[in-house]
Amino acid sequence: MRRNRAPRTRVRSFVTPEGVDLRLELGSAGARAGAFMLDTVMILVVLVLGTLAILWLLSGARQGELLMILWLLGAFTLRNGWFILWELGGRGATPGKRMVGLRVVARDGGRLTGGAVVARNAMREIELFLPLSFLAQRGAEGSADTAMTIFALSWSGLFLFFPLFNRDRLRVGDLVAGTWVVQTVKAQLGAELAAERPRRHFPEAALDLYGVYELQTLEGVLRGGQADSVATVASIIRRKAGMADDGDDLGFLNDYYAALCARLERGLMVGRRREDKYAR
Amino acid sequence: MTAPLVNASRFRQAHAADWERLERLVGLMERRSIRALGDDDLLALPLLYRTTLSSLSVARETSLDRALVAYLEQLCTRAYFQLYGVPSSAWTQIKAFFAREWPRAVQALWRETLAAFVLTAVAAVAAYLLIRDDPTWFYAVIDEGLANGRDPSASAAKLRESLYGKQDDMLATFAAYLFTHNSQVAIFAFALGFAFAVPTAMLLVYTGLMLGAFFAVFVPHGLGAGLAAWLAIHGTTEIFAILIAGAAGFRIGTAIAFPGRLSRMDAAVAAGRLAATAMLGVVLMLLVAGLLEGIGRQTVRTDEFRALIGAAMLMGWLAYFYLPRRRDAA
Repeated sequence: MRRNRAPRTRVRSFVTPEGVDLRLELGSAGARAGAFMLDTVMILVVLVLGTLAILWLLSGARQGELLMILWLLGAFTLRNGWFILWELGGRGATPGKRMVGLRVVARDGGRLTGGAVVARNAMREIELFLPLSFLAQRGAEGSADTAMTIFALSWSGLFLFFPLFNRDRLRVGDLVAGTWVVQTVKAQLGAELAAERPRRHFPEAALDLYGVYELQTLEGVLRGGQADSVATVASIIRRKAGMADDGDDLGFLNDYYAALCARLERGLMVGRRREDKYAR
Repeated sequence: MTAPLVNASRFRQAHAADWERLERLVGLMERRSIRALGDDDLLALPLLYRTTLSSLSVARETSLDRALVAYLEQLCTRAYFQLYGVPSSAWTQIKAFFAREWPRAVQALWRETLAAFVLTAVAAVAAYLLIRDDPTWFYAVIDEGLANGRDPSASAAKLRESLYGKQDDMLATFAAYLFTHNSQVAIFAFALGFAFAVPTAMLLVYTGLMLGAFFAVFVPHGLGAGLAAWLAIHGTTEIFAILIAGAAGFRIGTAIAFPGRLSRMDAAVAAGRLAATAMLGVVLMLLVAGLLEGIGRQTVRTDEFRALIGAAMLMGWLAYFYLPRRRDAA
C-alpha cells in the first residue's frame, strides 16, 4: 500500500516514554474557532463589567487616577494575559477551550513551558489584533479606503485560515511554539455486552458472516440502544444467517454479539484477525 | 461460576479496580491539583498509570470491545498529561524564570541585540544629520501629536520647559498608559519577526529616527545633555527592552529563513520559545521603564540625578543579563 501522504484523519500517533501510542485526536478547526469566540465573548464581558465597576467607583470616590491606572493595567492584562495565564494552568486550556473540549499540548510530549505558551499567544497579535485594530483605527478616522480594507482582511484571512492549509491544524502561533491543540475525551467504562453466555446456538455458517468491523458496528448499535436500528440489524442478520425470527431482537443481537466476539477473539489468539466481512 | 466468554470481561474482572482508582485520582488532579491527593494515592499513581497503560496495549491486541479500548485510551491520555504534560507549579516557574531562563534567553540573543542596537544607532545618527542639515525633514519623521510643540521652530525656553517643567497632573496614569502602549508595540515587534524580520527592522529604524530627530531639535539650543539625561532615566531601560524585543523578532525571522542544520519547523520552535521567554522579560522591563518615566522623571529634576539613575539601571541590566554565571546541572 502506498502511503506518501499523511493520513486524512485527525488522529496522530503520540508515543509515551513507556512506548505506548496514545493516538491523540487533534481539535477540528471548527471547534477551535468556537473556543476562540467563546473566549473573546468572555474577555469582552469581563472588560465591560470591569469598566462599569470602575465607572461606578469613579463616580463616588476621589481617587480617579488610581482607577484609571487600574483600568489601563487591567485591560492590558486581560488582552495579553487571558490566554497565557489560563493555558499555563494545570488544564492547559482557556475556559472557552475547556467548554469545547480542547487542550494545548507540546508537540514533543514534554511539559508545556511558559516560553511556548507566551510564543503561541503573542503570535495572535499579528494574526488577528494587528490588522483588525489597524482597520478599526482607520475606520474611525474615516480614512479606510477599499484597498486598505481588503489588505487588512486578506492579511487576517491568511493567518486565520492558516490552520486549514496544514494537516496538523497548526496556527502560526502553534508552529512557532511547538504546540498543538488536541481534543480532551472523557468516556465512561460502558456496560459489559458479553457478560453472560449466549442462550441461542448459532451455526458455524452464521458466525462466519462477519469480521471485526461489523462486530464493532454491532457493538455501537447495542450500546446506542435505538429500537428501530436494533430491529433492522436483527432482521438483516437473521436473513443472512437463515434463522427464524423468535420475537426478541435485542436478546438475539446480544447473543449473536457474544458468540461472534468469542469466535473472532479465538482467531486473534492464533494470529488470525479478520478485519471485515470481505476478508477471508 | 463459569469463566467469562470474551477477553473484555476477563480483563475487566482482573483490572477494573485499578482503572477506576486511576480515574478517580486523575479526576481529582484535573479538578483541583496534585496536592489534593494523599500520600498513598501519590505513591500508587505511577504504578496505576503503568498498569493502565499496559492494559491498553493488551486490550488493543486481544479485545474487540471498542468501548473498552476507547475508555482505556482516554484514561491513559488524561493520566499522561497529568503526569508529564502539566507545567510545574507557578512558584517554581517564576523562580526558574528570574534565576535562569530570562538572563539566559537574553544572553543567547546577544548577536541579534547587537544588530538591533547598530540598526537603531545608525538610524538615529542619520536622522540627526539630516535634520541638522534641513529642518523640514523633522516633520517627515515625527507627527505633530508626538512632537507636541517640540519642533525645530520652538524657542529654547519652551524646549527647556518640556524637559524640566512641572507637569504632575495624571502622572501615574500617563506612566500606566506608556507601559501598556510600549508593551503592545514590543509584542508586535516580536510577532512581526515571523515575516522574515523585515517589519521588526523597520520598527527599530523608526525608533532610531525619532531619537535622532529630537536630538537634532534640542542640541542647537544647548540642551543636548539635558535631553540625554531626560531620556536616560527611563530610556536606558526602555530602549534596551525595545532592542531585545527586536532581537527576539530577528531570531524568529532568521530561524525561519535560515534554519541551518535543523528542519525549518524545529528551528522555528527553538527560536520561538527562546524569544518568547525574552519577550516576557521585555514586558517586565517596560513596566520598570514606565514607572521610571511616569514617576521618576517628573520628581527627579536635575540632569545629574537623571543620568545617574539611567546609568545605574543600564549597568544593572547589563550585569543581570551578561555576567557569566554558574551553569547548574538542570
